[in-house]
Formats: sequence, C-alpha cells, structure tokens
Amino acid sequence: MKSSIVHNEGSPQNVEPPSMDDDIIIIDHVYKSFGKTKALVDVSLRVKKTEVCFIFGPSGGGKSTLLRCINHLESPDSGRIIVDGIPVSHSKTNIDLVRAEVGIVFQLFNLFPHLTVLGNVTLAQEKVRKRSKEEAEQIAMELLERVGIPEKANAFPGQLSGGQKQRVAIARSLAMNPKIMLFDEPTSALDAEMIKEVLDVMLDLAKEGMTMLVVSHEMGFAKAAADRMVFLADGIIIEEASPKDLFANPKEERTKAFIDQILY
Amino acid sequence: MAITSDIEKPRPKLIPWTEKLSQVPWWALIIILIGVLVVYFIFTSPTYEDAFFFLIAGVRLTIQVSLISFGTALVIGLITGLGRVSKNVIFYTISSLYVEVVRGIPILVMLIYFAFVVTPLTLQFLQWLGTAMLQNLAIDPLMGLANTLANIKIQDVDMTVRAITGLAFCYGAFEAEVFRGGIQSIERGQMEAARSLGMSYFQAMRYVILPQAIKRILPPLGNDFIAMLKDSSLISVLAVRELTHLGKLNRARTFRTFETWNTVAFLYLIITLTLSILVKYIERRMAFEE
Repeated sequence: MKSSIVHNEGSPQNVEPPSMDDDIIIIDHVYKSFGKTKALVDVSLRVKKTEVCFIFGPSGGGKSTLLRCINHLESPDSGRIIVDGIPVSHSKTNIDLVRAEVGIVFQLFNLFPHLTVLGNVTLAQEKVRKRSKEEAEQIAMELLERVGIPEKANAFPGQLSGGQKQRVAIARSLAMNPKIMLFDEPTSALDAEMIKEVLDVMLDLAKEGMTMLVVSHEMGFAKAAADRMVFLADGIIIEEASPKDLFANPKEERTKAFIDQILY
Repeated sequence: MAITSDIEKPRPKLIPWTEKLSQVPWWALIIILIGVLVVYFIFTSPTYEDAFFFLIAGVRLTIQVSLISFGTALVIGLITGLGRVSKNVIFYTISSLYVEVVRGIPILVMLIYFAFVVTPLTLQFLQWLGTAMLQNLAIDPLMGLANTLANIKIQDVDMTVRAITGLAFCYGAFEAEVFRGGIQSIERGQMEAARSLGMSYFQAMRYVILPQAIKRILPPLGNDFIAMLKDSSLISVLAVRELTHLGKLNRARTFRTFETWNTVAFLYLIITLTLSILVKYIERRMAFEE
C-alpha cells in the first residue's frame, strides 16, 4: 500500500490519467456544498482493489457525503468520480451501472419493512439482475447463512434486533455481487452488545478481499481490518496513513486531538 | 410526583354500574332502533313498502356508479399523485394544474360542466376529426373508424357515463393528494436503499414505495369512497336514475314526501354505515400490523 495516497491538495497539472488496472475508485478534486455548508472541499482519494479504507472524523465533516457521492445518492458540484472505470455522472446508464457494482449499508438499515428477510435479499436480484426466483432464493439463503441468521429468512424486519437488521442489510447488498461495499456508520445505531456481530461480518468480508470504504467510529475495527485510514474534517482530507502510523504518531495536530478525544 | 399519582388513581364510583353504562355505544343502539322502526314500517305500511321497492333500483345504480367512478378516480389519482412527487417538470406541472383547478371548483358545478360542456365539445371534436379523415384520407382500415367518428351523436353518450366521468375527474384530484401524502410519508432511506441496489426510479416506486404507501392510505381511501358515495347523490341533477333522483320521482309520483325521504335517507345510511364499519376494520388491522 505504499503509493496509495495520490495527489490530495496537489497542483492540478500533476493529475494522473485514470489507471484502469489498480485503482477501483478514483475521486478527483470533488466539491460538494449544501446551501452555504461546504460538505466536501477539493477531496481527492484513490482506493485500490481489495483495499479496506477507513474514513473517520467529526460528525458533519463530510464522511457520509463522500460515500453517497460514490454511488450518486448525492451528485458532486464539481470534480469527477470514477468507479471501476465508469465515470459517475448525470448520465442515467452510468449511474445504474455503477450502482450495480457498489453496495451500500446505511446507518439506519433501510430494510424494506413490507417484505420478509428473504424478500429483502431477493427483490433486487430478481428485478435488477434478472435472476429466477429459485436462483435468487438460493443465493439469499447462502448469504443469510454467511451472516449467521438463516433461521430468520421468513421473519419481517420489524421482528429483528438492530444487529440482525444490519446483517440482513449487508446480505441484501452482497446479493448483487458488488465489487465495492460502502458502509455508512453501520454500527452507530446499534446497542453495544450488537456491534460485534456486525463488525465480525465486515471483518470476514475484508479478509475475503472485498474492496471496502467504511465510515465509522469503531477504531478497533480500523486496527483489525483497515489498510488505510483517512481523517476527514470540515470537508477536507486532513490526513491519510496506515492504522499503525496513524495511531502511533499522527502528523497533524487535529488528527491527534480527535483520536485522543474518542479513545480512552 | 404528587400530581401524577393524583391523576392516575381512579376516583371510586358511588354507583359502580354507571361506569359500564357510559361505555355502551348508545349512538349505535339508537341507529339500530331507528333502523328496526323503518324496517317495521316497510313491512307494515303500504306507502313505505311501495317507496322501498321503487327506490331499491336506485341503490343498485348508486353503488355501481360509485364503484366505477372511484375505480377510475384511483387510477387518475395514482398517476397524478406520482406526477406530484415527480422531478419531471412537465409531469409535475400538469398534475398540479389538474389538482389545483379541480379542488377549487364545487363538485356540482364540475358535474354540470362535464355533462354539458366537456362531453359535447369532445364529441364535436371527434366528429370533426372523423369528417376530416373521410375527406382527406383514403386508407381503408381507417375508414371504418372515420365513419364511426363522423356519425357520433351527442345524445349517444348516456348521462350516466357523463356523470361517472365527472365524478371520477373530481375525485381523481382528491385521491392524487392522498397518494402524494402516502408516498411522501415513506422515509427517504427506502428510496435510497432501493436505488442503491440498482433499481430504477420506477422499480423502486413499484416494488418498495407504493406497497408501503398504499397500506398506509387504505383508511383515507375508504373514507373517500364513502364521501364519493354520498356525493353521487349530486348526479341526480343530470337525471341519472340513482337513489336520490328516484326519491324525487317517487315523491312526484305518490306525493308522499315524508315516507319517500325517510326511506332514501335510511338506505344511504345503511350503505355508508356498512362501509365505515369495513374501513374501521381495515384501520384496526393496519394499526396491528405496524
């Protein structure tokens, strides 16, 4: 992971042409503001295949916005984002292509409450991937097995605990065979005793070589699984480093202050 | 602390059974009593019996008209409701224009307007179109259609059809707002989750948003159906032989004003009360499931 950090606040003439082979996500000088609030200011980031990139920082710092820009739930004001060689733009085909490759897990799960767990995991498979009902259900059951709740296949989301809901949400995303998984504070809405079951699933995914962008405050997960940590505050990438370097000697004062604050 | 415990403690009743007495649904009992009385009259008094059997045909038409109009209004409402939440400017503008215009005009005026302005104008246009086709086109398969169009007569379109169109058009605007409210009541995350899985906007609506929204709006839709059934009495001005119009006819025929309108009101009440019991049942089931 030695050259994983490329041009952040660098001069524009140094911009490399997007390389198809290694960087699966290229975020290039992206700006985004909501009214007068600047959510992202000149953010550039490259993520390699199979890399686990851990994004942390104070709330309101633009972490979620960055993730949401990657699968175009928000559209950047300027700059470009290239996912797996496809430019994420306003063009409709591009957006759908990218979304099929990118799974996202939300803080509040966003399971479909009118469908069973099985229905949640099979719906998009049938409608988007055009799989047969049997095939979709078979894949769904394998995934539910993997996240450890096959017995809840016929339950409705309202009957599950928070941790179980989030694991179903992960299975639902995985069912689309994404190349990249985005996690937007996946454990922030969970009770303490349920955080581990979700992180365990994520850790397995990371070990299997899934490319992951994780927005979270779970520093333990970062230590265990992240290849790189990105500290984002006020819409600016303040610092990027491997977990080891970042915890041992953060370069920026702001990073140090933040880490001191959240760790006992 | 002291205040809450005061409130929570029920005051002992001096006479225990008065509590139970106040819980009896007296209003329902009174309605049933009146109902029994009217039924008694229908079977004993020849004037009531006569009125009843004269009016019962109107009940059938009232229910038919209401069902067809409401079904059409639901389709219009769904499409317009989708337009009201659409980001497509043209779709949104047309939908909003329709809703705002229709909601601002009294239903009675709208019905008369539909029957005597919109329908004749549309038919005249079709006639003109047919004639123009006959004169200028020589394509065989279209000739039959052109002939039919050219020979349309305004009297051909039955008043019942005009009334149904008018009612559906009016209630379509109300249902549009119900659908819009239902769609907007679903959390934004649902649409985001569906879209992030690669579903199109239409697929997300069809498989994720609408099934949840419709469940939530079933009770208001039921209430609107009852309201429409009552408003269907307005089409009596178009001389459609539904319940109210038959009431007028029966009074003119027999000069029995009291008996006629008692029976008419009683028949409406039976239909609407039955429906509102149904709506309450649906409401309770919804509450249980959520």
